[in-house]
Amino acid sequence: MTPAVVVDHVSRRYRGVTALDDVSVAFEEGSITGLLGRNGAGKSTLMRIITAQEFPSTGTVRVHGRNPVEHDDVLRTMSFVKESQLYPDIKVKRVIEAASWFYPRWSHELATQLIEDFDLPMKRPVKKVSRGMHSAVGIVIGLASRAEITLFDEPYLGLDAVARQIFYDRLLADYAQHPRTILLSTHLIDEVANLLEHVVVIKAGRIVVDEAADELRGRAVTVTGPARAVDEFTVHREVLSRQGIGSIAAATVTGPLDDLAWARAREMNLEIEPVSLQEFVVRTAGQPVDTAVTERISA
Amino acid sequence: MDPAEVTVLDEGTPLFLQIAQRLSSDIVEGSLAEGARVPSTNEFAAFYRINPATAAKGINILVDDGVLEKRRGIGMFVVVGARERLIQLRRKEFADQFIDPLLVEARRLGIGNGELIDLIRHAPEWPEPQEHAETQAGEAS
Repeated sequence: MTPAVVVDHVSRRYRGVTALDDVSVAFEEGSITGLLGRNGAGKSTLMRIITAQEFPSTGTVRVHGRNPVEHDDVLRTMSFVKESQLYPDIKVKRVIEAASWFYPRWSHELATQLIEDFDLPMKRPVKKVSRGMHSAVGIVIGLASRAEITLFDEPYLGLDAVARQIFYDRLLADYAQHPRTILLSTHLIDEVANLLEHVVVIKAGRIVVDEAADELRGRAVTVTGPARAVDEFTVHREVLSRQGIGSIAAATVTGPLDDLAWARAREMNLEIEPVSLQEFVVRTAGQPVDTAVTERISA
Repeated sequence: MDPAEVTVLDEGTPLFLQIAQRLSSDIVEGSLAEGARVPSTNEFAAFYRINPATAAKGINILVDDGVLEKRRGIGMFVVVGARERLIQLRRKEFADQFIDPLLVEARRLGIGNGELIDLIRHAPEWPEPQEHAETQAGEAS
């Protein structure tokens, strides 16, 4: 497969704070990738740099082999839906209309359906709509633009569970009919885990996981049982976290375990449970916040 | 099929494997008859709410195993004779998957092989599996 977006040794520094630190990553054409990590890890910065809303301090970005900066035809292949999108003081209807002019592959049919699904208040000024409706406007634009590369950065602040499910279902249905490259950044990892083909985790400006979602399932397991047995079992393994209560301990180790390890665990009376993608991300990206991140948050 | 039951996919096992396992179970149980059309990749993706590429990967495992066949322009179908082949395969895996763990737990509890055989002998009888499968296949067609 060929990558739609290639990020090559990109760093982004703001007055002594490094938001992205030598990031190299490629996003495959026609795949859905989850861009995961804590607040301030660099997810939004990376998305802004890909869409040329911000420039790297060093390194390059190529979108279908071309530099997106100041290339209108390249920019029109990308739809970027972000949490903090600002719109001019016009009605919702006008916002969607304006988007339809910008994107060459815009689908009026899909837009109409989504407007109905989310029950968008078309005649209200976009600055007066609720937080959830504001997010829904972005989702309608992101999906209906059918852009070759669509980036969703925390797209559903204020949307309830029902509306989020509508988003997932419509995304999946339209993606199946019109495959495209999708980058989805979210904190609701459990909700989107099954939609993802690929997972990228950013921690303090660096990529710490870049793998197929299938590979990550069963990548870590939690071993629970008598503390001594747990420690004996995990002694030669990479322990991501360990908790203990009295004589009982639970340790999360990187897997997968082979048949021999499973048999041994059974003999030692240990319980083994797979770790969900969400837990895996929490344990790989959620280590104690280091100084680089603290500086960035206070900056 | 009860949607609440079938849509729950577990963690840990790769999704595409689970899709392949579900499909082969449906074929073995007869709810997916030989010669029947299998839902498309996109139908699977929408139903299980998973990535279409993942669904395709699961279906392709069964195509490679000769359980499903692609008919150009019409869709994916269950190969005639697939059920018998899947049952043979599963019989081979039966000892590994079920008997070995059973023996480990029995040993842990101090249940000897003789006692275990007695337990199995006194277990309540199930209806004949063959008949069960046929009624299901009848309902499905």
